[in-house]
Amino acid sequence: MRFFSHQRPEIPIVDHIKPDGSQWTIKEKLWLGLSSGDYFKQFFRNPVNWLMIAIFVIGVPLIAQRYIYGLDAVTHGSDDYPWGLFLGFGLFGMVPLSASGFMLGTTCELFGRKDFHPIERLALLNGLLGYFFAVLFLEVDLGMWWRLPYPMFVSLGPAAVLFLVAWHVATYLSVQIAEVLPAFFEWIGWLKGKRVIRKMVLGLTIAGIILSTLHQGALGALFTYAPGKVHPLWFSSNFQWIHFFCSSIFAGLSMVIVSSTLIRNFAGWRCDDHFKNSLDDITVKLGKGCSLAMITYLVIKIVAVAHDQEWDYLLTGWGSYYMLELGIGVILPMFMFAFGVRNNSAGLVRFAAWIAVFGIIWNRLNTALVCFNWQLYQEIPHWKEVWITITIYSLYFLTYRFIVYRLPIVYEWKGEK
Amino acid sequence: MKTTVSRRNFIKGGLAGTVAVTALKESSSQAATFEGYPDGMGVLVDLTRCVGCRSCEAACNQEQKLPPPEKPFDDFSVFDEMMHGQKRRTDETHYTVVNRYDVPGLEHPLFRKIQCNHCQEPACLTSCFVNAYTKTPEGAVIYNPNVCVGCRTCMIACPFYIPTFKYSSAFNPRIMKCIFCYDTRLKDGKPPACVEACPQEALTFGKRNDLIKIGRQRMVETPGKYEDHIYGEHEVGGTAWMYLSSVPFDKVGLDTHLPKEPILNFVKDFLGIVPMVLTIWPALFAGFHLLATRKDWLKNKNDDAHEEE
Ligand code: SF4
Ligand code: SF4
Ligand code: SF4
Repeated sequence: MRFFSHQRPEIPIVDHIKPDGSQWTIKEKLWLGLSSGDYFKQFFRNPVNWLMIAIFVIGVPLIAQRYIYGLDAVTHGSDDYPWGLFLGFGLFGMVPLSASGFMLGTTCELFGRKDFHPIERLALLNGLLGYFFAVLFLEVDLGMWWRLPYPMFVSLGPAAVLFLVAWHVATYLSVQIAEVLPAFFEWIGWLKGKRVIRKMVLGLTIAGIILSTLHQGALGALFTYAPGKVHPLWFSSNFQWIHFFCSSIFAGLSMVIVSSTLIRNFAGWRCDDHFKNSLDDITVKLGKGCSLAMITYLVIKIVAVAHDQEWDYLLTGWGSYYMLELGIGVILPMFMFAFGVRNNSAGLVRFAAWIAVFGIIWNRLNTALVCFNWQLYQEIPHWKEVWITITIYSLYFLTYRFIVYRLPIVYEWKGEK
Repeated sequence: MKTTVSRRNFIKGGLAGTVAVTALKESSSQAATFEGYPDGMGVLVDLTRCVGCRSCEAACNQEQKLPPPEKPFDDFSVFDEMMHGQKRRTDETHYTVVNRYDVPGLEHPLFRKIQCNHCQEPACLTSCFVNAYTKTPEGAVIYNPNVCVGCRTCMIACPFYIPTFKYSSAFNPRIMKCIFCYDTRLKDGKPPACVEACPQEALTFGKRNDLIKIGRQRMVETPGKYEDHIYGEHEVGGTAWMYLSSVPFDKVGLDTHLPKEPILNFVKDFLGIVPMVLTIWPALFAGFHLLATRKDWLKNKNDDAHEEE
């Protein structure tokens, strides 16, 4: 956003009041204080937006096709691989990457670590959006998407793991909305709402921990319904839920590191000095958390192999692939985090976070698609399925950016709070 | 599973989510101790008698009002069809398929019919979060398309790759699967269409308990003819449809690595921790909070005290 110039010191907006004493209207706040002409000028100057437009031009008709002609118009409609990319990436990948909300909520509110405060809201937002879009991915994938509330209100199957996921993701989504609302209230200037939530914050945070432990684990437990279908190395009846839960810890933290890095580099105008100056320090501390979670995860992974006596599998082709996944997705970033922390190098930690995010998506795709039906054949998703996945992810990106540009997420509101 | 049903109504009565989840463990252990209805019916499939005429496929197609097939049912070239290196499987237009298996050392091929095996503790049923499946006292595992959400977890869970999804429909999709001809026949005590259509008596309809005895009897009467195992007697907790074969079962496309216990047992570890997390976590983390913020709290108190001085 090179548009902001020295001639207009009042933008970016950080207050209700303009320099001349009048109030910013909500509309002006939405346009970032620019005239609509100027707004679009800067919008079209950004090549990323052109890329987004290109993705949507093809993606939106594909989504329409899915809703008009059915799932098999855009996917392979496989009976052997009932879950494709929409869930493999959209649900199983997005949810762990969104564990950041509960992680930093806990750190700040529960453990009273004020030093993480500048990044808390970003972590909460990252969590909220991740969950919201996971549900959106689910809405693309569900055959009868209009029955989304059925498991809650119409026909309940409480003995099923997915029942727990549905309930928890729904409640947790509301918890996260409540947690992000204060930023919105500050921005529109409705302080009463903010005070109400402030009183509930501890309760919300504890609810967040419970719900997160259970549904992050439950996503793993979903695969324990398929003991013969998931490759034994990726399957563990006893430990699957712990694997998923434990890996969500570093996944969520890494994702905040990645997104804060992007925001600092590409939306620096929006960050205040407090955020910018403390970011390196916070990044390193988050990196420490990641490396600890990773070593725990690694140990439990090995325990699972030992417990199920699966050493022989390690010598097969699948075994090499398994070790490759662990090597690149976990061990490499783990050491990078550790070195980064020891040398106080935020850069190295950031690099490690990128790899960790990739590693976690890789792991979830492996469990859901690559190593699923390992004795049958490999399903390669239809290109339309891939494109729709990218389209929805782009929508996630745009929403994320839209909110960060406006609400006091990475800057502090200067007006009344 | 009457208790599950009443518990469901109980929850419908307006209880919060957490309570529903606490019920989760109980009702699941309920499901786990459920061993099928004693008088449930079943079918014994004797592969040594099947000649691969596909009459059962044709009968099922008619009975279940499935769309007419691409190739007629007397076209045997379908036995050579391969998809992704796999033989034919059930799909949204076939509730049952017969496949041919050329077994080395055997001069004639064997044929194997597959359909839903109507498990005693069905994985599809236990994995469904809207209770779309029901195991009826007659032994059938039936499906209710009016509550199904189309998440396809049941397809993930079924160890026999049976349920299929009507992917082709945007507005009326549903799970498509053999229902033991429940609505039209089984509930009146009649054998299913495919069984009736079989000219070779390869399919025997009867009480599951009797079928096991019949199977054993055939093994005794013709020593050496059969493998000494009734496939489905114990697989994944037992199935209502069972198989007899003259060759090892993996030679005729049946998974011989299936566990003896029901699929739900693999999920129990997780289900077991749910109530624990629900009850222990709140206290634990509230405690952490008090510990972690104690210093601040003391400091505030001291500050206040100083101010007062
Ligand atoms: S065979 Fe599959 S679909 Fe049929 S009852 Fe068993 S688990 Fe369910
Ligand atoms: S697809 Fe339908 S029947 Fe199968 S688990 Fe989901 S809701 Fe239940
Ligand atoms: S029992 Fe009925 S529904 Fe099932 S395969 Fe036979 S004819 Fe078809």
